[in-house]
Amino acid sequence: MNWNNIITVYLKELKDSLRDRRTLISMIVVPTLIMPVIMFGVGTIMSKIMKQAQAEIVSVMVLGGTDSPGVVASLKADKKFRVVPESADYKQLISDKKIRVAVDIPAGFEPALMEGETQTVPLYYYEGELKSGIGVKALQDYFAALRDRTIEARLMERGVPATVIKPFVIKRQNVAPPEKVGGNAIGGFIPYLIIILCFTGAMYPAMDLTAGEKERGTMETLLCSPVRRINIVMGKFFMVLTASLTTVLLSLVSMGVSAGIGVMYFGSSTQAQGTQQALAAKAASGGTIPLIDPAGLIGVAALVLPVAILFAAMLLAISLFAKSYKEAQSYVSPLIIVVIMPAVIGLLPGVELNAKLALVPILNLSLVCKEMLSGVWHWDYISLIFGSSCLYAVIALMFCVRMFNRESVMFRA
Amino acid sequence: MIEAHNLTKTFQDKKRGLITAVDHVSFTCRPGQIYGLLGANGAGKTTTLRLLATLLQPTSGTAKLAGFDVIADPDKVRANAGFLAASTALYGRLTSREMITYFGRLNGLADAEIAVRLKRLADELDMHEFLDRRCEKLSTGMKQKTSIARTLIHDPAVMIFDEPTLGLDVMTARSIVKFVRECRSRGKTVIYSTHVMSEVEKLCDGVGIIHDGRLVAEGTLVQLQARYGEQDMEEIFVKAVGGEAALEAAALKN
Ligand SMILES: Nc1ncnc2c1ncn2[C@@H]1O[C@H](COP(=O)(O)OP(=O)(O)OP(=O)(O)O)[C@@H](O)[C@H]1O
Ligand SMILES: [Mg+2]
Repeated sequence: MNWNNIITVYLKELKDSLRDRRTLISMIVVPTLIMPVIMFGVGTIMSKIMKQAQAEIVSVMVLGGTDSPGVVASLKADKKFRVVPESADYKQLISDKKIRVAVDIPAGFEPALMEGETQTVPLYYYEGELKSGIGVKALQDYFAALRDRTIEARLMERGVPATVIKPFVIKRQNVAPPEKVGGNAIGGFIPYLIIILCFTGAMYPAMDLTAGEKERGTMETLLCSPVRRINIVMGKFFMVLTASLTTVLLSLVSMGVSAGIGVMYFGSSTQAQGTQQALAAKAASGGTIPLIDPAGLIGVAALVLPVAILFAAMLLAISLFAKSYKEAQSYVSPLIIVVIMPAVIGLLPGVELNAKLALVPILNLSLVCKEMLSGVWHWDYISLIFGSSCLYAVIALMFCVRMFNRESVMFRA
Repeated sequence: MIEAHNLTKTFQDKKRGLITAVDHVSFTCRPGQIYGLLGANGAGKTTTLRLLATLLQPTSGTAKLAGFDVIADPDKVRANAGFLAASTALYGRLTSREMITYFGRLNGLADAEIAVRLKRLADELDMHEFLDRRCEKLSTGMKQKTSIARTLIHDPAVMIFDEPTLGLDVMTARSIVKFVRECRSRGKTVIYSTHVMSEVEKLCDGVGIIHDGRLVAEGTLVQLQARYGEQDMEEIFVKAVGGEAALEAAALKN
């Protein structure tokens, strides 16, 4: 290795790439724009939909209830509900979203309240449909309150104090500091994003610097120089790595900035509303991102490096085999799935890091990032992952150098 | 000085099986001389020259350029040779000046030295007007001049030209031929492949006729004329490869 030559090649590739519109777009424009678009686009739409759905009055159909006028009247009086006339095709109407929910009040419901047997009140709704779900929740709350009132009344009648059926209350108390909660909520998402960006950031320059050069005929020119091939490979490799890390870094910065703005933007509307859903929307829109443990971010960065090296070397070697940019694309595109799969598995809840999974490239990064961002540091796994990732990276780089030295690859007919 | 000894190169091709692109080729080319490698399409000219430039490794046999062996010392061979072919293109997004400077640096020259040499080459090749234009925006002739300057920036002892006038107009082709002659008069060893007979007649001190990977005839123009009893280079060529039938048979193989 000759560092002078490597730097010469690297600086030339850097200059060349910075003059290429396609590289600029994939390296700078896409990563800076993608985060704000995801956060504000998705965040805004989500919170709008939620607000709208919650503000909407729930249309309820009351089935039966002729002998329970009190209940029906109080339902009609409740501002949350709009009671619609009864009709037999209520199930169809719910499916068609004409009404949100229906409640079947059994015969003799009201008279039985003070004395009678336990009765069943079926609520009809459409599982998975947002507004129907909100409606059935409201209706359930309404009847739960009615049940509580009924119990109280029955106890009063018998002269028993209400505490008889409420010997204690359960109160859940969260001990995790806010950043740990944030880490868990989005900790899975950040490594996933980093892995994808790391790969896509390296993809375009890797293809351009190998297959692209072959296609344009500049590869042979370069090989005419007395510089050893290993130095040419290293120069190109550092360029691809630069592109990959720039992509990741820019998107993280842009994510931080959008999160900051997001807190101001969504945060103010949260205080006004103060509801549970608005809080959830705030978390989803990045409101908790600034609360992530900075040490976790540093850990992520340290572990991303060997994976970025692995991607850069792998992509260079594979696209070097192609004769043209198009051919390289057909080799590299399917690889995205190979990369996304382990990253997605890491996102699944319940998949936990263990010694075996710590050796699976990409998946191990995804899992350990989730832990580090939520403040858990398993140093044995972390060192195992760092070590194995470095090993994979070195193997990929050596493979890449070998490919450059094979004339059947460089001069494929 | 170029000395090729039994240079042989075979390729494994999926459809055509084992191809012997260069078959025991031996020749010598001295400083201050232009050696013309004459052959039809697919005869093995480019492969021979790539072997000399160490872009490919010989299957057997070897060659020495400026005293360095292509197998033992490929880096030194490349440092002492300039290779120019249709397949050695320019970086489109670099300017002509940047392109030449880049190759100067790859050859280990200091920037000050590169600037001096670049100025001289630009004077000789009349390049000043387009030096700071991007290569992708240059005309074919300007590109070819930039390529020549690229091969000469490290002042190599051996020049390897693979059909350098291919696809150029008369004026540009003539200026290239003139420049190749100047290389010779500066004492460089020049090897020049072509399938244009007239270029051989005008330019070359020694001629090697390559056919189907083998060097079938070799000598000065006068020697070849005497041996085949023909004045015209084209007639000599056809006779040397074994008649038109042999040429057609070889063309069918490719
Ligand atoms: N990398 C390769 N793999 C397989 N076969 C090859 C390869 N390179 C060249 N050949 C074959 O070797 C033979 C010689 O090719 P070469 O390019 O040296 O001929 P040439 O004299 O330069 O022809 P042209 O005038 O077309 O440039 C041809 O049959 C060609 O198909
Ligand atoms: Mg050729």
